[in-house]
Amino acid sequence: MNAAYEPNAYEPWSADRGTEIIESLSHVEGGVIVILHAMQEAFGYVPEAAIPMIALARNLSRAEVHGVFTFYHDFRHEPAGKHVLKICRAEACQAAGGDALAARAEAKLGVKFGNTTADQRVTLEPIYCLGLCATAPSAMLDGRLVGRLDEKRIDALVAEAQR
Amino acid sequence: MTSSDKTLKIYIPRDAAAVSVGADELVSAFEAQAEKRKLAIEIIRPGSRGLLWLEPMIEVATPEGRVAFGPVEEKDVASVLDAMVANGPHALRLGVAEEIPWLKKQTRLTFVRCGVVDPRSVEDYIAHGGYKGLARALTLDSAGIIADVTTSGLRGRGGAGFPTGIKWKTVADTKADRKFIVCNADEGDSGTFADRMIMEGDPFVVIEGMTIAGIAVGATKGYIYIRSEYPHAIEAMNAGIAAAKRAGYLGDNIRGSAHAFDLEVRVGAGAYVCGEETSLLESLEGRRGIVRAKPPLPAHKGLFGKPTVINNVLSFAAIPFILDNGAKAYADYGMGRSRGTMPIQLAGNVKFGGLFEVAFGITLGELVDDIGGGTFTGRPVRAVQVGGPLGAYFPRELFDTPFDYEAFAKRDGLIGHGGIVVFDDTVDMSKQARFAMEFCAIESCGKCTPCRIGSTRGVETIDKIRRGERVAENIAVLQDLSNTMKFGSLCALGGFTPYPVMSALKHFPDDFGPAPTRLQAAE
Repeated sequence: MNAAYEPNAYEPWSADRGTEIIESLSHVEGGVIVILHAMQEAFGYVPEAAIPMIALARNLSRAEVHGVFTFYHDFRHEPAGKHVLKICRAEACQAAGGDALAARAEAKLGVKFGNTTADQRVTLEPIYCLGLCATAPSAMLDGRLVGRLDEKRIDALVAEAQR
Repeated sequence: MTSSDKTLKIYIPRDAAAVSVGADELVSAFEAQAEKRKLAIEIIRPGSRGLLWLEPMIEVATPEGRVAFGPVEEKDVASVLDAMVANGPHALRLGVAEEIPWLKKQTRLTFVRCGVVDPRSVEDYIAHGGYKGLARALTLDSAGIIADVTTSGLRGRGGAGFPTGIKWKTVADTKADRKFIVCNADEGDSGTFADRMIMEGDPFVVIEGMTIAGIAVGATKGYIYIRSEYPHAIEAMNAGIAAAKRAGYLGDNIRGSAHAFDLEVRVGAGAYVCGEETSLLESLEGRRGIVRAKPPLPAHKGLFGKPTVINNVLSFAAIPFILDNGAKAYADYGMGRSRGTMPIQLAGNVKFGGLFEVAFGITLGELVDDIGGGTFTGRPVRAVQVGGPLGAYFPRELFDTPFDYEAFAKRDGLIGHGGIVVFDDTVDMSKQARFAMEFCAIESCGKCTPCRIGSTRGVETIDKIRRGERVAENIAVLQDLSNTMKFGSLCALGGFTPYPVMSALKHFPDDFGPAPTRLQAAE
């Protein structure tokens, strides 16, 4: 299997690599969020040690960068499970029966939304709208979109995530 | 006949909605089938035509035009390919795509190329009438372009409905060393996907609209702020920008003129409030998406403190048509002060869901019953939410409301970004009201008290009502709280969350009480 297709094949944190990322984006105006995204793409989360480094490079206080980091739902404080299953919980998916399917996924995985299974294989997260509202209910498994969910499809998706 | 004439041209959408129901798998399946049969095929990946219940809807070029099939599953590929080769019948054959009534009934001004062209090809865009608006804009001065936009009557398609021409004129008239064009592609409203579709299916129309805006107001740099939940749209816009640069439609001396304009995509990070324009600007500057107090308006002090045009994707995407065909051609459509067309999105529990672009004035009932065909569960429609999480719930009694900014406002609703979410009779409206408050609590930026605290108190109060605790008193508390949020919040998040809450309470009072009453009411 091609390593590039293996989800969550992240690098281990290193300060040198962090510095490299920050410097490669030094030209980006107002680029703190761009840097945070790049950190998460490289390491799978934003390591605590990266915060003061970004602050120093951007001439900001640590509190300011910490504030940005914690404001946005996307940024992780710790690595996610091997697979990330995001299920849309917004109105269009609710109208199409999404709540029952979301509860079914929680039961199958044995975790509530916002948590990772004990074996570190699956992180289950809510997402508020993938823009697939006419092929609802919808979900995203490691970046792959799945629409028109029903019990069979959600079960298959959960099983795939658990593999 | 040359061999290339025999090559079968097959169109399989790359739109995220089509991909979510198997479009990518069809590409490999068709390639495998063609390989097996030693058949020459060419697969083109356009966006979606917007008939989303038929996705994946694929097409084949024939002498009569592009013939559509859908919804196609992997198991159908062999037989569909037979029918394509023979140009013969098939159970999934829908006929020439343009002749499908659901598409033919529309007035596609903004979405005219979406689902038709190859969104990776600037040449294809030009071959289908693209960049004619820019060509005309380059012959006009700033005042001339803005006069066209103003006369067209175009109003901000993000939801606020502010006249676009006036916004542009304010920026044009403000002196500064730098100005910016910002495209709000943070389409967070559930039930809306028009921005996503046009970015994926026709990115150049957005790029062209922004370029015209830059020339009109004297800005040389633009940003497109796209939510991270839209990876396909991000990829499409980046590819479109690169192609436009290569072809001389972005960069210095656009098409040999003295004008320079460059674009950059910035990706959001999962904050709904960043769809609010001042919060978006904060986020673009790399900060927490905390709403700014207005004034100063972004047109005076926007991105990095400079005069900024910030418009929705659909507003920019309407511009090339207006410049190409003239303001009158656009303004001739519509009703009252709502001119032109609105790309309406039918979503949720709807039989025929998708993108329906039509002139303002069509009624809600026509959209839900005639165009949408009611629910896919087959149960009666009980409520529709129009305009996203901050939009009101409408009962059937209000289905005569015409799609128009003012008509919806008059009935305590809003058209927002044009999304309609359909619910059947199993919906529990106090649960929906609770969700509106809960969503506001999750997404509040925290700057103003009515939104930050009010939303949490709102959830608690609705829970009390649902448990049957002092129902009448708590409903009065909820009404009072909603009024405080409506009139005391800094932006539309706190200010409009009362719309779904109050409309649910007003039109569906039976759902607000202890559970047994609600269950009886649903019977």
